[in-house]
Amino acid sequence: MATGTFAEKGADLELVGIQKRFPGFTAIESLDLFIPEGSFFALLGPSGCGKTTTLRLVAGLEEPTAGRILIGGKDVTSTKPFQRPVNTVFQSYALFPHMTVLENVAFGLRRRSIASPVEKAHEALRLVELDHLAARKPGSLSGGQQQRVALARAIVNRPALLLLDEPLGALDLKLRRQMQLELKDIQTEVGLTFLHVTHDQEEAMTMADTIAVMNKGQIEQMGAPEELYELPRTAFVANFLGQSNLFTGQVSGTTPDALTVALGSASITVPVARAPRRSGTVTVGVRPEKLTLLTSAPVAEAGRNVLGSGRVVDVSFSGVSTQYVIAIPGAGDVVVFAQNMVFGPVVHVGAEVWVSWAVEHGFGLEDAPDEVAAGVHDAAVAAGLDDSGFDSEPALEKA
Amino acid sequence: MPAGPRRRSRIRFRGLGLPIYTALALIFLLIPIAYTFVFSFNNSGKLNIAWQGFTLDKWTHVCDAQGVCEAFTNSIIVGVVATVLATALGTAIAIALVRYRFRARSLISLLLFLPMATPEVVLGAGLAAQFLSLGVNKGLGTIIIAHTMFCISFVVVTVKARVSSLDPALEEAGRDLYGSAAAVFWRITFPLLVPGIAAAALLSFALSFDDFIITNFNSGAVDTFPKFIYIAAARGIPAEANVIASAVFILAIVIVVVAQVTRAARAKRLARLH
Repeated sequence: MATGTFAEKGADLELVGIQKRFPGFTAIESLDLFIPEGSFFALLGPSGCGKTTTLRLVAGLEEPTAGRILIGGKDVTSTKPFQRPVNTVFQSYALFPHMTVLENVAFGLRRRSIASPVEKAHEALRLVELDHLAARKPGSLSGGQQQRVALARAIVNRPALLLLDEPLGALDLKLRRQMQLELKDIQTEVGLTFLHVTHDQEEAMTMADTIAVMNKGQIEQMGAPEELYELPRTAFVANFLGQSNLFTGQVSGTTPDALTVALGSASITVPVARAPRRSGTVTVGVRPEKLTLLTSAPVAEAGRNVLGSGRVVDVSFSGVSTQYVIAIPGAGDVVVFAQNMVFGPVVHVGAEVWVSWAVEHGFGLEDAPDEVAAGVHDAAVAAGLDDSGFDSEPALEKA
Repeated sequence: MPAGPRRRSRIRFRGLGLPIYTALALIFLLIPIAYTFVFSFNNSGKLNIAWQGFTLDKWTHVCDAQGVCEAFTNSIIVGVVATVLATALGTAIAIALVRYRFRARSLISLLLFLPMATPEVVLGAGLAAQFLSLGVNKGLGTIIIAHTMFCISFVVVTVKARVSSLDPALEEAGRDLYGSAAAVFWRITFPLLVPGIAAAALLSFALSFDDFIITNFNSGAVDTFPKFIYIAAARGIPAEANVIASAVFILAIVIVVVAQVTRAARAKRLARLH
């Protein structure tokens, strides 16, 4: 049993060479991860990518096949769940239906014989603004209230590390947005280390300081949300985290600053610093909102890529912005997100248009050309499973 | 209109047919019970076949008839002990079968069904043969072993359904919230399984209390209540047996009614809460 005192503050978490095999498949091939204390860290990936398994390994609910888990520098690999300074908010909340809300929250305190459990439980319930429901049974609460009780039940123990397993997945969109902000506030307030597992990229970007994107039991890329979004290194990240227009072609020229990729008769320039692969066949991309839609052929301009002309094949209006799909010979379908600065769409299906974007907005992928298709496919499948409430466009592939 | 009367007569028939049929079926079902109850007040001698007049003597002096109360006490002892054993073992087996993966798991599941599917005569005779070859003296102990054996299957099936419906995350949450294995079992798993375990225990007791065939093979000289009645039937069942049977029946009805009333009250309370 853990000690009868609270953790002083959050602790850092380190995973070293973690591997997890189940009979018949490998959930995690080899995972190394360091999460500094006090951070809000998101593990983002599609279902079956190994993120929940990672969480369960940290909680002690599964044992790794190989590797070590360190919390605050202490090796906890072989300890039982109740010996770890870790608490979990479960996806299904897992509130004990036969106990009152108060007893649910006090459960962990009582097991550790912490002084005045009832007062501390009330305090935690006040934090999530549910103290007035302390005497109720969980079955009589709404989904959002249950979620908050589950959160109170975990944080009342002041764990060094709080694990959140898709805790907002069952809530409707509006409530989810509200809970995201509340969770973030609570994390700042209590100063714990949060490890949040989710398949919802918006949620991860809104809440986390650092995101690790997982696919097939491996971390594809890790970094701050802006960094991941603006400079994705793989086709999977480029299409799982938002959307991307990807173009694959031969490198036709290099200067110290820029890399030029031939695309049929056109060419695309990307900054060398943003392109890890610099010879042979490479894949480069740009985010749809970075593109400018032009109704007349633009004058060639240094520092801008231009593709066109092409035909508008689809226009979908979504209030704040409009999404255009443009078929450009030699480049395939290109997606453009344009803010609706004027009323409604500016061009209609069949119109002849050009697209352009600043060279510095482009990025190159680390993926070899044959990996691009697989990454795009995985991201498309993941998007299909995504229930975040946004219609995900099929990923774009130019290979 | 020629169609009018025909249609009306069909409706009339349908309107009367069902109640009559239902009444007949109920009478058919209830006559033996009513007979047993009424004849528990019969002022009879040794034979309790013809009505001799009303008396409460048999109810007030129920243990006067030779062997009735001994047999009843034996049945209670066997029922309680077999129920406790079968419920404890069966619950543990049910949890193991649902929660853990181990070798021969599906085989064990299958084997547990066998006692329910096997004719009781075969079970009883087979067990008696084993006791004989082991040289065990038949008595209360062998009856308890026999009853525990066949009750386990029913307990496993009943409790298994309850365990399957229990979200494993609840127990994981208990472990995550610093609960040791024992604390998680007694504070989370067990309370949530109680309805299933209670149902299994009631079923076990009813099966044990009721059993004649397997008991008859394995009881030696000891009488249980059903065995007593079977033997007594040859020379006339004393009215005291009717008294016990009626009392058990009334007790069962009272339990069911109380359970229904409390459940309805709880449902109403919950409905008001929402």
